Amino acid sequence: MAKVQGAIVVDTETCKGCEVCMPVCLENVIKMSKEVNRKGYHYAYMDKPEACTGCTNCAIVCPDRALSVYRVKVSA
Amino acid sequence: MEVLDIIKPENQVFCKTKLMTDCPLSYCPGCGHGTAHNLTMEVIDEMGISEDTIGVAPVGCSVLAYDFMNIDMTQAAHGRAPAVATAIARTWPEKYVFTYQGDGDLAAIGTAETIHACNRGENIVIIFVNNGIYGMTGGQMAPTTLEGMKSSTSPYGRDIETMGAPLKITELIANLPGVNFVSRQSVHTHKHARKAKKAIRKAFENIKMKKGLSFVEIVSNCNSGWKMTPLESNIWMEKNMFPYFPLGDIKVDGKLK
Repeated sequence: MAKVQGAIVVDTETCKGCEVCMPVCLENVIKMSKEVNRKGYHYAYMDKPEACTGCTNCAIVCPDRALSVYRVKVSA
Repeated sequence: MEVLDIIKPENQVFCKTKLMTDCPLSYCPGCGHGTAHNLTMEVIDEMGISEDTIGVAPVGCSVLAYDFMNIDMTQAAHGRAPAVATAIARTWPEKYVFTYQGDGDLAAIGTAETIHACNRGENIVIIFVNNGIYGMTGGQMAPTTLEGMKSSTSPYGRDIETMGAPLKITELIANLPGVNFVSRQSVHTHKHARKAKKAIRKAFENIKMKKGLSFVEIVSNCNSGWKMTPLESNIWMEKNMFPYFPLGDIKVDGKLK
């Protein structure tokens, strides 16, 4: 059975740390970092990268489009 | 598979559209304006009409939309965006003309322009972002502010007896014969954002078929104006805004639902 695996890349300088992407992530992959960017915002990062399915839910709700999503099919 | 093996250009499934400039958005963190901007530009990009689209920016938080949207834009006096869009659409009937307005712009100062442009059935799209407050000027009460909602000019909450009931401008204009498509959407979750994108796409396709005016309302949060965090404001919006401003299509192909 084909399984998908995904990954997100966060533009840390664009991210404003609004956390809107966190509740829409069905796998709870995203968390906010302790570090801040140049504007002083905590930015999103992948806390559990192995669980990401590349569903693009986080990217479509991101007001600043700081996320880009990648997805590959892997055979289990 | 390692994360670095996944992050390759051929595996990319989502990135920011080229029709948004690299200029950082001036909106507060978590504001629905950014999502609404991006969804609009993604629709224009997918339809391949960026060369033929002209946008009209309003006065309000989204006054700088012309800096963010990488298409031909102009900016109108407060509330007069539908009148400016009318002129552009009549001069260039083959162009796709849209206005992007907030609730203070469209439902207060520009009520006359909005209602008459809708009544004439101009071949334009109006994207209306309703957050129930004047965001840019400091959170004053807008026509769409809910009953009992506190704002800087209604510190004890909106009182219906003295200030009137919140204005349902979308239902009001849905009754006008020139309007072809009216829909109310939201962008705070992935499901709502995808539905909103479909509604915006249908609106722009109506221009192509010269069906008349299309109106898409997006119920949004204003976390700074409401004095909440973005997540709290989204929950508050679901609990309080959606019962008064129910989501869904209100008029499709000229027929009320």
